[in-house]
Amino acid sequence: MSRSNSKFHIPLTFQESARAALENTQLRRNLGKATQTIRAKRASVVDELPDWQELREAGRAIKERTLRHLDEYLLQLEAAVQRAGGQVHWARDAIEANRIVAGIVLEHGASEVIKVKSLTTDEIRMNEALGQHGVTAIETDLAELIIQLAHEESSHILVPAIHKNRAEIRTLFMHTLGISELSDEPAELAAVARRYLRTKFLSVPVATSGVNFAVAATGTIAVVESEGNGRMCLTLPEVLISIMGIEKVIPGWQDFEVFLQLLPRSSTGERMNPYTSFWTGVHPGDGPQAFHLVLLDNGRSRVLADHIGRQTLNCIRCSACLNVCPVYERTGGHAYNSVYPGPIGAILTPQLLGVERAGSLPYASSLCGACYDVCPVKINIPEVLVHLRAQVVRHKQTSEGIKGKLDPEAIGMRLLARVFRSPERYEQAQKLARLGQIPFARRGIIERLPPPLNVWTTMRDLQAVPRQTFRDWWRKRRVFGSVPKADADGVGDADGVDAEAAAAGRRNV
Amino acid sequence: MKVTLFITCFNDTLFPQTGQAVVKLLERLGHSVEFPLEQTCCGQMHFNTGYQRESIPLARHFVEVFGDAEIVVSPSASCVGMVREFYPRLAEVSRDPKLARAVAALIPRVYELSELLVNKLGIEDVGAYYPHRVTYHPTCHSLRMIRVGDAPLRLLRKVRSIDLVELPNAEECCGFGGTFAIKNADTSMAMLGDKVRNVLDTHAEVCVAADNSCLMQIGGALHRQRAGVRPVHLAEILATTEEDGR
Amino acid sequence: MSAARDEILQRVRLALRDVPQREQPTDVAVERGYRPTADASREHVIELFVERVREYKATVRIVTAHALPTTIAESCAARGVRRLLVPVDIPREWLPAGIEALRDTELTYAQIDGCDGVLTGCALGIAQTGTIVLDGGQAQGRRVLTLLPDYHLCVVRTEQIVGLVPEAVARLVPAVCEQQRAITFISGPSATSDIELNRVEGVHGPRTLEVIVVTPD
Repeated sequence: MSRSNSKFHIPLTFQESARAALENTQLRRNLGKATQTIRAKRASVVDELPDWQELREAGRAIKERTLRHLDEYLLQLEAAVQRAGGQVHWARDAIEANRIVAGIVLEHGASEVIKVKSLTTDEIRMNEALGQHGVTAIETDLAELIIQLAHEESSHILVPAIHKNRAEIRTLFMHTLGISELSDEPAELAAVARRYLRTKFLSVPVATSGVNFAVAATGTIAVVESEGNGRMCLTLPEVLISIMGIEKVIPGWQDFEVFLQLLPRSSTGERMNPYTSFWTGVHPGDGPQAFHLVLLDNGRSRVLADHIGRQTLNCIRCSACLNVCPVYERTGGHAYNSVYPGPIGAILTPQLLGVERAGSLPYASSLCGACYDVCPVKINIPEVLVHLRAQVVRHKQTSEGIKGKLDPEAIGMRLLARVFRSPERYEQAQKLARLGQIPFARRGIIERLPPPLNVWTTMRDLQAVPRQTFRDWWRKRRVFGSVPKADADGVGDADGVDAEAAAAGRRNV
Repeated sequence: MKVTLFITCFNDTLFPQTGQAVVKLLERLGHSVEFPLEQTCCGQMHFNTGYQRESIPLARHFVEVFGDAEIVVSPSASCVGMVREFYPRLAEVSRDPKLARAVAALIPRVYELSELLVNKLGIEDVGAYYPHRVTYHPTCHSLRMIRVGDAPLRLLRKVRSIDLVELPNAEECCGFGGTFAIKNADTSMAMLGDKVRNVLDTHAEVCVAADNSCLMQIGGALHRQRAGVRPVHLAEILATTEEDGR
Repeated sequence: MSAARDEILQRVRLALRDVPQREQPTDVAVERGYRPTADASREHVIELFVERVREYKATVRIVTAHALPTTIAESCAARGVRRLLVPVDIPREWLPAGIEALRDTELTYAQIDGCDGVLTGCALGIAQTGTIVLDGGQAQGRRVLTLLPDYHLCVVRTEQIVGLVPEAVARLVPAVCEQQRAITFISGPSATSDIELNRVEGVHGPRTLEVIVVTPD
């Protein structure tokens, strides 16, 4: 799933990609506007529900129950889908999943498939794999179509073309679809997609989709969408192939009473998305008469094995964490070099690929916690980020041999930890810092630091270590008696701490 | 009440005036303050950067120093968050049931300053006087980790002569994030730039927060720009009385 | 069965070693502390439904059962519908005079696509979200009928309107769990938020949704 497979031989780190993205002023403007809009919409529809926290808790608990008994639920799901006339396939990884899908498509003699937007199929790079078999996958979601026509990568889970504004989309449509006159009105742009895709919907015999939820007890599959392209793909073709990560199963039909409230409000900030389709196997006389469900592992069982990381699989792909993330808002999705960007991507990608292949991602967060607050299934993203950082460090220390041991950061951290373990060493270090800063400090301010700390002083001044630490002050104060007196107060002044400190310490009455 | 001050290594070394203000404030309110000199660092930087193993001895040290305290107070929401949210995890990782028990016993007695005042002691008016235009930045860890809610604002609203102005997009992170500011310096600066713009929009003279780490980030940029806005810790405002100005 | 199946199940079981052998799924507590039903009067629920459907920019009219046929006729006339698609089991009295009604007796997609609009009933309405639920039951027909035409005229009887999502999910239990029917939730006309995250009505599904809420005489 890493983009390194296709475009980059050496996967870029988040830092490297972010630096480039931050330069893109158009991207910054588009993202800023879009995320602010969606945040406000989400907040208003969430505030409408007095029982939002109870729904979140139920959503989390249902997912926990499912994941702790995933093997049983998968078997139940398989049996139920088969009972209802569907066929179930299991895929250990992307290659196997693509082979299964291509096999079904070719068996029906199709050269084109219509596609409902699906992250899972992006993850396994299904379009490319089908292309190798001479099968063209046609994206039917507006944003996916935009991305496909522009030969770009998605930059958002829900709105893959969030980095593009209406003017850019207008130009793209005019160039790629040979339209000579077009305004940048979103309604008119949407109408272009309607005309372009209608003939495909009516003629292509095979469709593929992802799965939002699959009910173990009944075999019922749900696809949540907005445009109606999903309904077209799920209803019109003769053959439907749905690909789902094994974590998408839920126990019973009743559980929709929770997820159908959590998902739309969290993702598009709507009370309900325009269309949700539920189907159970094959319905005689209505919709596709052949239904295939592909159950994909592709690293998920590895995520499941980590008892802290496991909660990552609660994710219902709403993208609320992206929209609220101050890092994502500024870098956009491409900086994450993965199908899964934003906070959820920062924890999911390193777990699916292994921290050794995506070690910069757990650090792509200031741990501000906004993502955890909005997560409808209560994934404690900061907790998992910190947990993964520990894995990154452990990997460096154990697998990179002498190089890992000589890493300046690791040395610094070990040294500091040693300092902090003893009050004596700690106080010596304070004195050393005061001495060490002399070449850099001027009147209590440091304006330039040596590498690697110079990145701090590119934009910020730094307060120098003052002449007196708090503990120095406390000791002297104690000498003059613990009862606050004017005498004791003078100490701060006499020792020449900053004016602020003196002001604060002056009168202890 | 006997209150034990956990100053944090950061404040001890760089911002002694904040600790002094806490002492002054609590004593003015009739409490006695203890300061165990054996205290060092809670281990947050190590833990958050992935050096989990290195932070375990620091947690152990913290528990030894503060284990017997009646009430522990700290002028740092972030370090309180470390103790409250992550020490149980560290205890689990260390597989030391004694540490786990000690952590569990200590946590309910650890308070961030505004929490202690508003939630534990039930005081909002601390008798402070601060005739300045002030804007409040709610730090991420005070807001979303230890959830002090509006406790700092309730305290600030009762300060005499203060001109308290709302910060636009207040709840958004300033971009500090500990080692994030170094490891992802570009993104951190982009976030900081927006925060500074919002601070300047308020025309405040003082930017206040419950954590000096975020204030070091915001204040560092403000100072570099010679913007005429100074960062001040909440404790310092609350400690200031009318007599201070005379 | 397949090697992949065995291996995936094996991996999952290995990953779940920390889960005690004796633990049953129901041992993992699921607190359902949210509202199961709306604590509002029937009048309020119906009012809310109308309000919420309108917020999706769908037209909503409220009429008595007696006035339904004329209202349908008026709607079709106002829209300029000449060929109206209907499910085979549509109530005869709903059919407006003077308009060609095309009953879905195995029509082709091209025939369906060529209609000016479709008239159906529904299974449920959800007030909280302004949603119409189709379950392929009476007066609804197969899914394609409400998909290809650009205009969907939908009749909702007040007794079909529930307050909250959980009420709707509960009412659909027989249709899903016993009859394995396909279900479609429709909330307003087809829409997209793909351009600058602003909602735009009308992409692939019907661009115009019109709802007639029928109160008893």
